[in-house]
Amino acid sequence: MNLSINVENESEQKIIVAIAGEIDAFTAPKLRETLDPLSIKEDLLLIIDLSDVSYMDSTGIGVFVGLFKGIKAKGGHLKLVGLSDRLTRLFDITGLADIMDINSEAESGVE
Amino acid sequence: MDFRKTMEEKYLSIVKHYIQTQSEQGLYAGQQFSRRALEQKISPEEVISLQKSTMQELMPELPEEVWHSYDILLEIMTGYGFAFREHQSLLSKQQELKNEIEIAANVQETLLGTSIPSVEGLDIGAISVPAKQMNGDYFHFVQDGNHSVNVAIADVIGKGIPAALCMSMIKYAMDSLPEYRKDPSAVLGSLNRVVEQNIDDSMFITMFYGMYELRSNILHFASAGHEPGFFYCSKTGEFKDLKARGLLLGVDKGASYKRYEQFVEVGDMIILMSDGVTECRTDKGFIERETLISYINNHIFLPAQEIVNNIYRELERLQHFQLRDDFTLIIMKRTN
Repeated sequence: MNLSINVENESEQKIIVAIAGEIDAFTAPKLRETLDPLSIKEDLLLIIDLSDVSYMDSTGIGVFVGLFKGIKAKGGHLKLVGLSDRLTRLFDITGLADIMDINSEAESGVE
Repeated sequence: MDFRKTMEEKYLSIVKHYIQTQSEQGLYAGQQFSRRALEQKISPEEVISLQKSTMQELMPELPEEVWHSYDILLEIMTGYGFAFREHQSLLSKQQELKNEIEIAANVQETLLGTSIPSVEGLDIGAISVPAKQMNGDYFHFVQDGNHSVNVAIADVIGKGIPAALCMSMIKYAMDSLPEYRKDPSAVLGSLNRVVEQNIDDSMFITMFYGMYELRSNILHFASAGHEPGFFYCSKTGEFKDLKARGLLLGVDKGASYKRYEQFVEVGDMIILMSDGVTECRTDKGFIERETLISYINNHIFLPAQEIVNNIYRELERLQHFQLRDDFTLIIMKRTN
């Protein structure tokens, strides 16, 4: 329903995506459609800014895990930044915080 | 078919009457006619032909040009007629699908059916309600003689039919691992490999698996990214999280699942849930885990099944009876 996705190609190898709104079963397909084609690039650094995401349910987790696996398989790196406490908790509980790059401070470039 | 035979006559009288009176009543007759025509699947172009023949009868003296213009209108409405018939056939297809899904939901219920074990000294209550027709949540009890009661609660990420189909696979994977049944970390490890190999890349499963030893009253448990449950200590009246770290099933083949323990005394409770419980959204925002605890506290002296039923009813009311996510809640209470 209300989800906006802004894709910015910073360079050949670096893409920054800012997402705003709610990620749930209704909006997840749109998110997947936008993000999945990005993951076919080799050695990509994909930074996703979730600062303006007000709600995300487990469907959203599914999208990001799929993306994470896709990018990793191509030698790239996925970085999620700007997660609220609620979102951070979601990644903690699912154990994903241990294997994914979540909210790390360094060189995110999208503060 | 009666309507078709008489409709020319009826239409004529409606138009005639309206031309004379131009009354509200006359318009209303037109509305009723259209309702009947839709019921009888009269197409738009048929209605135009009707209008043309009616006018020819009422005003035969109209210039030739007017009658020619009807041909164009007829042509255009033929296109609308196609859309109308397509709509009709989609409606009946939709009904067909709906029936099929209903049957599938029943099949799923049978496939995934589990009965709550009745065990001396343990009062168990469980409820699982799907948000849509098919449930992506799952719980399962296995009683191992007098030795233990095993409980699994799982949630497929994703909703609806694909999630439900996935759950059936998990259930069969679990049934085929009897020798591992006792050890939560081994169960989750095996299921993880099954899910990793078999499931679509963006579909994952969270699961909590617990083995309650009846002699020692120790709950052994492990979690694969599942919403943490609560442990209620009756001595202090406190609730604490049943924390266990572990990755979602299906992400990493090599993931391992640590086993945790909790000693359970008389009056203590183990409360397990799916994220449909904690992700319950109300007008005022999400319900917090504290709110959920206060609901449990309100009913704490009731039998376990009544507690879970009552909590479900309260959360359902808070969401105006529209679940956004599948809802599963299990309570195990030690009674002696």
